[in-house]
Amino acid sequence: MAAGNYLPTAELTASGRPVLYPGEIESSLLSSVDLLSEENPNFPHLKSGLLILTNHRLLWLPNSTPVSSPTPVHIPLSAVSHIFSLKKSIKSVFSTPRIRFQVSVTSEGRVDEKGLRSIVIALVLRGKSDPEAFLGKFWEALKVRAWEEIKVGASGAEAGSSSGSRSGEGSLALRMPVVGVAGILRKEQEMWESTDKSLQDAFQDLNALMSKAKEMVMLAEKMRLKLLAGSNNQATGAAEDELGTKEEMQDWLLSVGIASPVTKESAGALYHQQLSRQLADFVRIPLERAGGTINLIDVYCLFNRARGTELISPDDLLQACSLWEKFDVPVMLRKFDSGVMVIQNKAHSDDEVFARIRSLVTKPDALQSGVSASDAAMTLGVAPAMAKEYLLTAEGKGLLCRDISPDGFRFYINLFQDINSDDVYL
Amino acid sequence: MQKLGEFKLPHFFNYPPYFTLQPVRDTREKQVQLWKELIIEYCRAQKVFIIGLEEDFPLFSNRAIERSLSHEARVAFLSALVSDGRAEWTDKGHKKCLILWHRIQEWADLIVHFVKENGLEDNVMTVEEIRSGTESRGTELYGIDRSVLMRALKLLEHKGKLVIFKGTSTDDEGVKFSL
Repeated sequence: MAAGNYLPTAELTASGRPVLYPGEIESSLLSSVDLLSEENPNFPHLKSGLLILTNHRLLWLPNSTPVSSPTPVHIPLSAVSHIFSLKKSIKSVFSTPRIRFQVSVTSEGRVDEKGLRSIVIALVLRGKSDPEAFLGKFWEALKVRAWEEIKVGASGAEAGSSSGSRSGEGSLALRMPVVGVAGILRKEQEMWESTDKSLQDAFQDLNALMSKAKEMVMLAEKMRLKLLAGSNNQATGAAEDELGTKEEMQDWLLSVGIASPVTKESAGALYHQQLSRQLADFVRIPLERAGGTINLIDVYCLFNRARGTELISPDDLLQACSLWEKFDVPVMLRKFDSGVMVIQNKAHSDDEVFARIRSLVTKPDALQSGVSASDAAMTLGVAPAMAKEYLLTAEGKGLLCRDISPDGFRFYINLFQDINSDDVYL
Repeated sequence: MQKLGEFKLPHFFNYPPYFTLQPVRDTREKQVQLWKELIIEYCRAQKVFIIGLEEDFPLFSNRAIERSLSHEARVAFLSALVSDGRAEWTDKGHKKCLILWHRIQEWADLIVHFVKENGLEDNVMTVEEIRSGTESRGTELYGIDRSVLMRALKLLEHKGKLVIFKGTSTDDEGVKFSL
């Protein structure tokens, strides 16, 4: 289907989640939605897909992934010129609800905010849905015009005198008026005061928090750049103090990366599905850093920290992981005999790990005094708790045996099988 | 070669995991097997009849590698010997274990052999003489645990090979052979 001629394509991640623009936040998800134009039969008729409303766009994603399925598309809200109210008639009570809105199109019929002509597009909500609620969010999104704020924000930063630049908006010169140490300190003080006030306002009203979420992310971005600038410019002792905490700050800021938490409110019955996909995307980088195996508890902490608000429960996490079996994602949940649960790449091979363990325990040092979980952790490049799980699994397979003493819990290569009773004296 | 007194220790005695009770079934089976054999050999060589679990049994520690068997491990290995019929718990609390590096029947056979070797078929001997007299010096019977000896003698009495009778005092029980 040549939907591409009429509707711009929407980009997806490896796990089938939409790639969002900076500042784009999802507000509603509906399943089994048709998208079509009643007045133009040439316009693509997209059937039974996933409809996502964000503060920038309407996205339509195909439901499953057979080869012949249509490409995912989007309609920028900036191209929407009018939304029609729901028709209330006897007929509408019994038929499938439809949402109709008018979009600008070019003379070729392609959806474009600068188009001079217009057509009416209808969304047929075949799945379980609340059309009134969706309509309300659609109106709200159109009213707020969030996509325009980026440009306003950029020009605002240029005009202002404080430091910082928006990533992806081109390079804005860092202008830090240096009016002596007192001037710098005063500017710092002002910035912290306004930050503090900003945080206080945010926490008072949860609704305000959600709209402030974007501000928070921008704040975090500014702080990050300030830290980077600070460590590059300064050469004195004050910088050394900061450098220690700079690592922590960077890690923390990196984790404030999810601007669009999938919430039960925006996704409803699809909550676990979308959460599952978002989790698969998110876990890729921590998994790499952790050497390919990461404890589920650690993922729980990292993921919630990145989400910031709308935290998920341990049960949600477990459900999200078990849904991975149904999708084609590159990660999997694994339970060790001890009960410890970890997330691993599907490509992970136990045999390869055992081969590495075997070569570790046959080194001269290890033959003499065995290996501990920490020793194995360093060789395998995983956390000590994970290394211990692998060692225990290797023991269960008869590759290793244990030695427990006041010196600790260590593993040796299993020589029991090789001991021949007739040959015990050297 | 490492020794415990006069006893030659096998090389795996220096392998630290040998002293930790292994949880994995196949490994555990092999470990138990090795310990059973070692205990029997040691007791036979050193003529040890009773192992006290709460005492310091030299075989259960290896100072060179700073390891010793936990209480749980000792009970496990001795219980395995008991199941094999090569040992018996002497008390309900499982604090002392009698090691039968010869089974009672084997002791009985040794007594018969001893009697024949020394031409004592029609003689009378005290029980004490059997275990510490000049004839028994150098034989396996020398220093045999008294209760074990009595059980072996009773077994032979049951088969009609001898008669046990009381002497003038309980220490002085006698045996008349009629092989």
